[in-house]
Amino acid sequence: MDKAKLRETLLGGVRSNPTFVLVLGTCPTIAMTGSLFSAFAMGIATTFVLIFSNLFVSLLRGLIPDKVRIPCYIVIISTFVIIVQMVMKKYLPDLYSTMQAFIALIVVNCIILARAESFASCNKPLYSVLDGVSMGLGFTAALCVIGIVREFFAGGAFAGMSIPGFPVMEGVGASAFGFIVFGCMMALFNFLIAKAEARKARMKNATLPLAGHEPQAAEVSK
Amino acid sequence: MTAPLLSVMFTAVISQNIVLSQYQGICPFLGVSKKPSNAAGMGFAVIFVMAISSVFCYLIYHFVLLPLNVEYLYTMAFILVIAALVQLLEMILKRFSPTLYSALGVYLPLITTNCAILGTANSAIVYQSYNFVYTFCVSVATGIGFLLAICLLAGVRLKTDRADIPACFKGFPITLVAAAIMALAFAGFSGILA
Repeated sequence: MDKAKLRETLLGGVRSNPTFVLVLGTCPTIAMTGSLFSAFAMGIATTFVLIFSNLFVSLLRGLIPDKVRIPCYIVIISTFVIIVQMVMKKYLPDLYSTMQAFIALIVVNCIILARAESFASCNKPLYSVLDGVSMGLGFTAALCVIGIVREFFAGGAFAGMSIPGFPVMEGVGASAFGFIVFGCMMALFNFLIAKAEARKARMKNATLPLAGHEPQAAEVSK
Repeated sequence: MTAPLLSVMFTAVISQNIVLSQYQGICPFLGVSKKPSNAAGMGFAVIFVMAISSVFCYLIYHFVLLPLNVEYLYTMAFILVIAALVQLLEMILKRFSPTLYSALGVYLPLITTNCAILGTANSAIVYQSYNFVYTFCVSVATGIGFLLAICLLAGVRLKTDRADIPACFKGFPITLVAAAIMALAFAGFSGILA
């Protein structure tokens, strides 16, 4: 097993985070992050579909003819979406009734098709499953972070428990707020990445002059 | 079903806009709104496919899935109908209407993964169980709503691209903030036709 490749695959969910870096699957990101709980449920449902679609696309990658690959991927993905729908309908009926529309739309979630097309169709099953886990958890984490922020600012609550003293935003404001929070979070993510890169570049440049400045260091120590 | 057709259509275009209040089709809404001409092309392609796919999805749901008692397969059936339809449309347009093909051609393959199309078919046919005329009209109205939203956003983006904003807000973040303000404005229309 190739260690470097394994590491690369596992870090994929952070380095090319589906929500903040690739900006894929934005519809559930905005629609389902009204509360931490629904964001988490959506993320886990997507992760499940992503892992299994990656596994099966990877297993069947030698059999699927190149010309009809997209319909084949869609059939594989929608099979698992229907499984999720049935399981949720049976065991979590209340949650399912509020999320029904977007659970069905996991089929056209760009992340899943993009990973099937760009990763699973040309990698071994093990790596594909790991990629699914990593990407899915990256997506879930991003949704949960947005869910926490939105729930706190719009509802004055954390994970369903209301915090006393915070005003509750109602109606339109709360729903349009999703766009603003997502935009600001993405800006923050860009800002942090730019800052980390600038710091890395500075460290690289700084090591060379420091080595040649030993007399100065001695002066300071005096 | 009791609501008059005109008010259902008005709601679909403005106050329950597919992008700004139902959050479907946000990927193309953000991705293809850099230039107004591209945005208009995408919008018209969406209206076209949405109208035709709603007809086929309706027929498949009522004459194939329901008689066979496999209506739980609606998601798979609809997405396959949409994908096949997009392929067919591309071939037909290429053969018979090169002008329309060159106008819509590049946007057609993108439409398969546009969740607004599947979402509209799902909600009109399965969740709301509209009749045939309602399904068709609501799909056209939803498409018009998408066209309206994406064209307006493209206009806004012409300004925000030149504005002097913090570097980390450039690109998608400022577009999302602009979309939020648009969503508030669109929601202001709700209640005109109750």
